[in-house]
Amino acid sequence: MYLSTVTSPVTAPSGAGPRRRRIALVSGNVVALGTVSLITDVSAEMVTAVLPLYLVLGLHVSPLAYGVVDGVYTGATAVLRLVGGFVADRIRSRKLVAGFGYALSAVAKLGLLLAGRSVPAIGAVIAVDRLGKGVRSAPRDALITESTPPEALGRAFGVHRTMDSIGAFLGPLVALAVLAVVGESYDAVFVTSFCIAAIAVVVLVLFVRERPVAAAPSAPAPSLSSAFGLLRDAPVRRLVAAASLLGLATIGDGFVYLLLQRREDLSLVWFPLLAVGTSLAYLLLAAPLGVLADRIGRLPVVLGGYTALGVAYLLLFGPLTGWPLLVLTLALHGLFYAATDGVLIALAGPVLPARLRTTGIALVQTGQALAYLVSSVLFGLAWQAWGPESASRAAAGVVAVVVVATLLLLRKRGTLR
Amino acid sequence: MTQLSNGARIGILAAAVVVLAGVAAGYTALAADRAEPAPAATKDGLPLTLTPGPRLLTITDRHLATVSAADPGGPRTVSTVQCLRVYAAAGTGVCLRPQTAWSYEVVVLDADLRPHQTVAVPGLPNRARVSPSGRLVAWTVFVGGDSYTSSGFSTRTGILDTRTGTTVNSLEEFSVIHEGRPYRNVDVNFWGVTFAADDNRFYATMSTAGRRYLIRGDLAARTVETLRANVECPSLSPDGTRVAFKQAVDADPQRGWRLSVLDLATMTVTETAERTSVDDQAAWLDATTLGYTLRQDDGRPDVWSVPADGSGTPRLLIPGAESPAPLAA
Repeated sequence: MYLSTVTSPVTAPSGAGPRRRRIALVSGNVVALGTVSLITDVSAEMVTAVLPLYLVLGLHVSPLAYGVVDGVYTGATAVLRLVGGFVADRIRSRKLVAGFGYALSAVAKLGLLLAGRSVPAIGAVIAVDRLGKGVRSAPRDALITESTPPEALGRAFGVHRTMDSIGAFLGPLVALAVLAVVGESYDAVFVTSFCIAAIAVVVLVLFVRERPVAAAPSAPAPSLSSAFGLLRDAPVRRLVAAASLLGLATIGDGFVYLLLQRREDLSLVWFPLLAVGTSLAYLLLAAPLGVLADRIGRLPVVLGGYTALGVAYLLLFGPLTGWPLLVLTLALHGLFYAATDGVLIALAGPVLPARLRTTGIALVQTGQALAYLVSSVLFGLAWQAWGPESASRAAAGVVAVVVVATLLLLRKRGTLR
Repeated sequence: MTQLSNGARIGILAAAVVVLAGVAAGYTALAADRAEPAPAATKDGLPLTLTPGPRLLTITDRHLATVSAADPGGPRTVSTVQCLRVYAAAGTGVCLRPQTAWSYEVVVLDADLRPHQTVAVPGLPNRARVSPSGRLVAWTVFVGGDSYTSSGFSTRTGILDTRTGTTVNSLEEFSVIHEGRPYRNVDVNFWGVTFAADDNRFYATMSTAGRRYLIRGDLAARTVETLRANVECPSLSPDGTRVAFKQAVDADPQRGWRLSVLDLATMTVTETAERTSVDDQAAWLDATTLGYTLRQDDGRPDVWSVPADGSGTPRLLIPGAESPAPLAA
């Protein structure tokens, strides 16, 4: 799939010379990392899909206890992501740290079997799983960055995110297939999920290569103070500020789906399909938009993505109704993810110094994630105070302000293509 | 690692995939054997009906069953009809059950357990009630994946008028009066409806901003108002004067729930003699006795009963059963 979506737009310009390098497909390493992500996401989404069923029907855990299990780790993983990023730079092995993260999440699947009926134990196991996810994403993105020529980063991240979301798509289907065979033996789902996650780790160990860091081996390992020093670097500071600003512009998928559901009085059975619609658009658009970002510049694509998000917020109480509203809103929402998630990291990569690249990527992702947490709380308050219509218009207004502010922050940088 | 040839790496990967796929398939096959469902124990004799009489309706091994109210631990009449949660009144039953492996439905049953109406519901069955006249039916399901709630889990409570076919898909459509003023918040959740005798008034739980309230609702006016904090899963007494409910210990559900009774006229609360945490919507087995499900450590359910006035001691009523409902007229 990634081959066709990538080759067609890229091979079209028949320019010679400097264009030639672009004709190359994404590097084998990116495909390997994409494969690892695809397989891991199958495994992860299998568990996500059955966990509520398992807890409530299998263990008769009350939903409140489930909420406790589910809710408390967001902030912690954000911080641990920074730690993982720094360790990867410090020991100069992104592959090792990423592999540790993948392995941790794989082992957590078995932990679900051992945790039995104990809610605190299940909570701890899920924490380990999240920890693995938090630790691995920045080193993985750093590996993608360093195995790709700077001018092709958008395409590389596009391909990676496409493969990642294909896995997320397949996961629930695999879980469904296992449950269809075994009835309500959720442990079979966990064992299968573990085996799939273990295959991903094997693929990572065997096929993902780490280029030796460009710096001479005699250069000292980055220290903690140099990691903090990243923020003294004006371009990096602007980048993290922009990522946090952009995080503030996002109100949370749940709100968007809820507003659509209310507006259209959707049957509740359709509700979960709204997320599927967004994922589908994301999956289809991630690679083409990555390629587009390499051509016309990453900043315009990221800002275009946020503009699409703002339009989607306006549509929630706009003139359209019925299927056009649903299809267009979800397409714009998926386009937003496709144009921003990987492209933002592609934008960041060249700005960050190679020896602290993983730390820098973690910083960008953490800033965005924490700002997003704040904005979803604020949107909840705005909803309560002004009602959903004014609140979503205000959210669209925030998007507009953020887009302009980000443009002002980053536009001077000629290197940011 | 870099020394390995491509062929060697592909060989190792293939071997790993074969071994891991074998583990997954083998475990799945074993689990499938283990999960072979027990055959429905259709102990014959009289067919199971919901006709009012001195019996209790319950669920054993996922199948509807009735026992004599005088001898609840005695012989059972077990039906082939499967439900996860059930309630019945005046010859109308409500049964929450799986539709497919992923979806659930509410089925309205007549006295002979024939399905009359079916409503697809978007989550895991939790509570079910029928109004005393048998006309109104209510249910609560847990909806996964509604990430707009901070807890990551939200409830959906619906009401069906079996006479007119009117369905309220979610009580969240109703206007809320809280502390005397109109109230709205995206985090509002409802669960555990219980009906008054007039087929219009009802009570339920509403949670918002981390607190849970007893609410009184008006079906015709489509409004609800909060009455009292820390009252969950209300169950209205047959005379309509008291509400049995689960009261979170120190208003903190993580510390468990004490089964209690609220007098609606005086708003005074009496704790029952049941000291084990009860996570259930109790049923009034008669004017003075509450029935409810408790689970053993391995998840096996039992139906217990306790006097509603705080006296006496809990009694194991129907071993290995859950979701009790009186069929008495």
